[in-house]
Amino acid sequence: MNLHFLLTDYLIWFLVVVSVFYAVYVSRHEYLLAPWRQVLHSHVGAATGVVLAAYVCIGLLDSVHYYPTVQADSPEGGVVVSTELLSVFDVIVTPMRTQVETTYSKPFALHSFSKKTLELDGGGQVRSYPRLKYAGSHLGAEDSAAPCADILWKGFTGALYGLDAWLVLLILLCLIRARGAPLEFLQQLKNTLLKSSALRTASLVTLLLFLIVGATYYLSGYYHVWGTDKVGYDVFYITLKSIRTGLVIGTLTTLVMLPLALILGMSAGYFKGWVDDVVQYLYTTLNSIPGILLIAAAVLMLDVYMYNHADQFTSVIERADWRLFFICLILGITNWTGLCRLLRAETLKLREMDYVNAATAFGVRNRTILIRHLLPNVMHLVLISIVLDFSGLVLAEAVLSYVGIGVDPTTHSWGNMINSARLEMAREPMVWWALTSSFIAMFILVLCANLFTDVVRDAFDPRLRERT
Amino acid sequence: MIAYIVRRFLYAMPILIGVNLITFLLFFTVNPPDDMARLYLGNKHIKQEQIDSWKAEHGYDKPLFYNTDGLGVEKFTDTIFVDKSLSLFVFDFGRSDAGRDISYDISQRMWPSLAIAVPTLIVGLLCNITFALLIAFFRASYIDYWGVILCVMMMSVSGLFYIIGGQFLIGKLLHLVPISGYSPGTDAIKFLVLPVIIGVISGIGGGTRFYRTLFLEEMGKDYVRTARAKGLSERTVLFKHVLRNALIPILTGVVVVLPSLFMGSLILESFFAIPGLGSYTIDAIRGQDFAIVRSMVFLGAFLYIIGLLLTDISYTLADPRVRLS
Repeated sequence: MNLHFLLTDYLIWFLVVVSVFYAVYVSRHEYLLAPWRQVLHSHVGAATGVVLAAYVCIGLLDSVHYYPTVQADSPEGGVVVSTELLSVFDVIVTPMRTQVETTYSKPFALHSFSKKTLELDGGGQVRSYPRLKYAGSHLGAEDSAAPCADILWKGFTGALYGLDAWLVLLILLCLIRARGAPLEFLQQLKNTLLKSSALRTASLVTLLLFLIVGATYYLSGYYHVWGTDKVGYDVFYITLKSIRTGLVIGTLTTLVMLPLALILGMSAGYFKGWVDDVVQYLYTTLNSIPGILLIAAAVLMLDVYMYNHADQFTSVIERADWRLFFICLILGITNWTGLCRLLRAETLKLREMDYVNAATAFGVRNRTILIRHLLPNVMHLVLISIVLDFSGLVLAEAVLSYVGIGVDPTTHSWGNMINSARLEMAREPMVWWALTSSFIAMFILVLCANLFTDVVRDAFDPRLRERT
Repeated sequence: MIAYIVRRFLYAMPILIGVNLITFLLFFTVNPPDDMARLYLGNKHIKQEQIDSWKAEHGYDKPLFYNTDGLGVEKFTDTIFVDKSLSLFVFDFGRSDAGRDISYDISQRMWPSLAIAVPTLIVGLLCNITFALLIAFFRASYIDYWGVILCVMMMSVSGLFYIIGGQFLIGKLLHLVPISGYSPGTDAIKFLVLPVIIGVISGIGGGTRFYRTLFLEEMGKDYVRTARAKGLSERTVLFKHVLRNALIPILTGVVVVLPSLFMGSLILESFFAIPGLGSYTIDAIRGQDFAIVRSMVFLGAFLYIIGLLLTDISYTLADPRVRLS
């Protein structure tokens, strides 16, 4: 096994490390802890938080890449590794990934979607729907006629596994909260399950998630839960792989441009004068170019560069990853102006505060005032804008991929799925499952992000809370 | 007033120059014209002569900023920068890489774009304001609560799904209107109905929620309390006082997008095969026609700046408290 991190992997894990530091910092400061507590103690915040956490888990598992070992000790000595780059998530869903059929098949189907000429055993030919190679291959001849019972049974078994896992998690959680005291443990259990609170909402949503994940995961070893696409890949697998792309675009875009927006916005507000003029000119200019056109222009240039410097990218996956990163960068350039303007306005207001005056009177250097005194006081704006931009960026990815200036066609993404599904919609009979699958996955993510954003904004921006 | 407009217009010039410079740097210095030629001719093992002839044909064979071979002023004027970039200021868009006259195309394709964008804007605005008022009327009730949740749900659906779903439902299942296409004249209506409906529906979620916040903010003000204290009915307060005052920010917010309506909607037009500027841009992006994309970037920025200018002017007209300064 040979670990190999892609560029976006590094950035994602960097983001995770930053988040962990932030969490530790928050837990030590009561004034930061209070709004977060408000977020997690609201029903909507807790429920959407759990769903978002599930998405993030899949995205993170999909961000540890390695070359699997083919042969432990080859005759020449040393280890032979495969050329195929896999992620930990790929290994978890191995059956989905490897059971590739030849072409379209409906969800839970045993037979292919289109007719094909088959050779009969006794000679002669017949036009019929060929049996799928993997889906339902465990079934006997009589079961194959009506696999419904088997599907239900398998789904039920999987859901039971999910229930088990949830129970283990629940008991562990209550044990930790009760610190091992038996009576306290029962009390905690009762509180978690019966008392109407955000904790109960969260645990019920978790239960639902575990049931669904358990059932689909168990079923995916035997059937194609969401059917297969044109070249026989499992649609559910592609949908899940797309989660990483969505998360990368939603989070890294803001992260990439954050330093620029922070430095320019705050110095414009703090120093005023010509610095302010220059920064304002910069963001007005960038803002006046329609976002999608600027992105199109930049991506076209990226295409030209990649076409002429193909040798700089060692593999297809590497190139796709660079392209993903560049799209984050370009989206960031069109998106940072909003945050920059907010930061400038807030700094303009804060610099007149007494504590800044006092610091200036003490002879504290400008840089120290900016970092020590002003930065912590604008961080809530940064946080709000990160969560606020997230859902818009996930939606933007789909549009960009449709226009042809999005992620690489080889990258799994919802935009690419929708794009190819358009042609499938025109088929007769229609191929609808790829579209619905990406729709549901995307809708849940964006809806949860939107609802979560509302809660976070209410908690961190009291001015807005008073207003409505 | 005129002095103010002139001054604002002069302020806009440096921004346009900035846009011009950014597009120029993006299109000509990130990748030299040689690379563009290579991509366009589509052959890795291409001879330098072929590249040169392609460049000469499309006017890319001059130096970027400074022509050492020129005489006097021509040292600066006989360059790609002046030919391709500064000429945009007088709306001389030149020819596309495929050889078409861009200015002519724009003048032809502007009208279908407007035919979709204007009804979408007006109907959408009416719908959003109506729903927002309704929700604001029932504020802090279940209607308000579920209305906002419905808005958030509608916001969370990608615009692509609205289009695909609408085409499937109305065009393919019910056969009410053609799925896509366009024809000039009054026939156009049957092709325009579906895109307009879809455009309105996809905007309802975000719009209604935004206007609701606006109305609620307006309702917290002192004059509303005075009106209620005078014993006016809630309906009169809402429609006579709140709506009229809230219309100022709403209308000035709309003014900024008015000029950009010419550009049309990228996605809607290309899905419905409407020959507007939006689909023109998408075709150019897909066909990697740099000249068209460059012109569109400049045109879009220009229209946006005009929109900003109009916003400022309409503010002063709508609200006498805002002074010209």
